[in-house]
Amino acid sequence: MGKVVVVTSGKGGVGKTTSTAALGAAVARTGKKVALVDFDVGLRNLDLIMGAERRVVFDLVNVIQGTAKLSQALIRDKRLETLYLLPASQTRDKDALTEEGVEEVIARLRSVFDYVFCDSPAGIERGAQLAMRFADEAVIVTNPEVSSVRDSDRIIGLLDARTMKAEQGELVQKHVLVTRYDAARASRGEMLSIDDVLEILSTPLLGIIPESQDVLRASNLGSPVTLSEPLNGAAKAYLEAARRLEGEDLPVVVPFERKGFLDRLLGRRAA
Amino acid sequence: MSILDLFKRRTSAPVARERLQLLLAYERQSRGQPDLVSILREEIMAVIAKHVQIDQDYLQVSMDRGATMSTLEIDIQIPNKSAAPLAMAG
Ligand SMILES: Nc1ncnc2c1ncn2[C@@H]1O[C@H](COP(=O)(O)OP(=O)(O)OP(=O)(O)O)[C@@H](O)[C@H]1O
Ligand SMILES: [Mg+2]
Repeated sequence: MGKVVVVTSGKGGVGKTTSTAALGAAVARTGKKVALVDFDVGLRNLDLIMGAERRVVFDLVNVIQGTAKLSQALIRDKRLETLYLLPASQTRDKDALTEEGVEEVIARLRSVFDYVFCDSPAGIERGAQLAMRFADEAVIVTNPEVSSVRDSDRIIGLLDARTMKAEQGELVQKHVLVTRYDAARASRGEMLSIDDVLEILSTPLLGIIPESQDVLRASNLGSPVTLSEPLNGAAKAYLEAARRLEGEDLPVVVPFERKGFLDRLLGRRAA
Repeated sequence: MSILDLFKRRTSAPVARERLQLLLAYERQSRGQPDLVSILREEIMAVIAKHVQIDQDYLQVSMDRGATMSTLEIDIQIPNKSAAPLAMAG
């Protein structure tokens, strides 16, 4: 039986879709079978980040409504044969999803895949609640910034109350993934520190993803950063986070600002 | 960092631009209209069903949208005559 992991945040634009693609590909690289499910019905983007936008024929709504089989809607990644995508519908709205339909699709994915990653839409409404409904674990994507942390706290509340696990008296295992972390700004005290974030949310840390050009470049190319440039900063951080998600006990190192020779030279000139 | 990285760095924006243009051209044109792929698929299924009974599982539809041309690939597995009575019995 595979594990169902929801990638969620409350606040929009913090890096859920980027993280779903990067973590999913990182786990699939180890040979595990991984399905990525886009729950952002009406505003799908995971297909684009995965570089599969030209290959979408069917989607989650088709499967739920019975107009396509699950096997027909799953798109196999061209780079990794253990990685699959179930796209969201672009033309329907969130009401096209039913709880029973989602339950059945998740149950079937769980029986075939080792990991099922659910990319949640922003917000705390129906779409976000359906994405987390059948999760075993949650990755709460947070930026070190007040409104994002506040929204994460709301989401944690929902995870503890509105999920199937919670209703059965169990707990969804939660992890905080801090993304877009800017070491320079943190060192100047312009950003909430990692300790602040963890203390406020009192949830264990899965990893810290630096603010990085690598992420933008990867999305331009339609490839998860952990596949296209696994040796670069953001990818390394995601690869380590994925190992922690699989249970490995790896210490998290808070990135610090390293001023290279060139930076100093440029900094001096600019000053 | 290798030379290749520098090269990649310069070329990622044009790749993004091209991917988006292609995608948006398709999405704009199909907005509010029934999806051609599902129409084709349903009609093809209906034609096949007139002659043989096949399970949806034996039908794979895949798509690759290009700038000037798209390919719709339909892969149908039709049971052999000898297998058909078995299938009906089961
Ligand atoms: N570590 C990072 N460094 C730099 N940019 C990043 C990083 N992570 C995400 N981004 C950028 O932030 C933007 C939002 O990311 P993404 O789409 O993954 O967020 P999201 O939470 O899925 O958004 P939504 O709530 O709209 O679904 C994108 O432009 C993405 O490239
Ligand atoms: Mg998203």
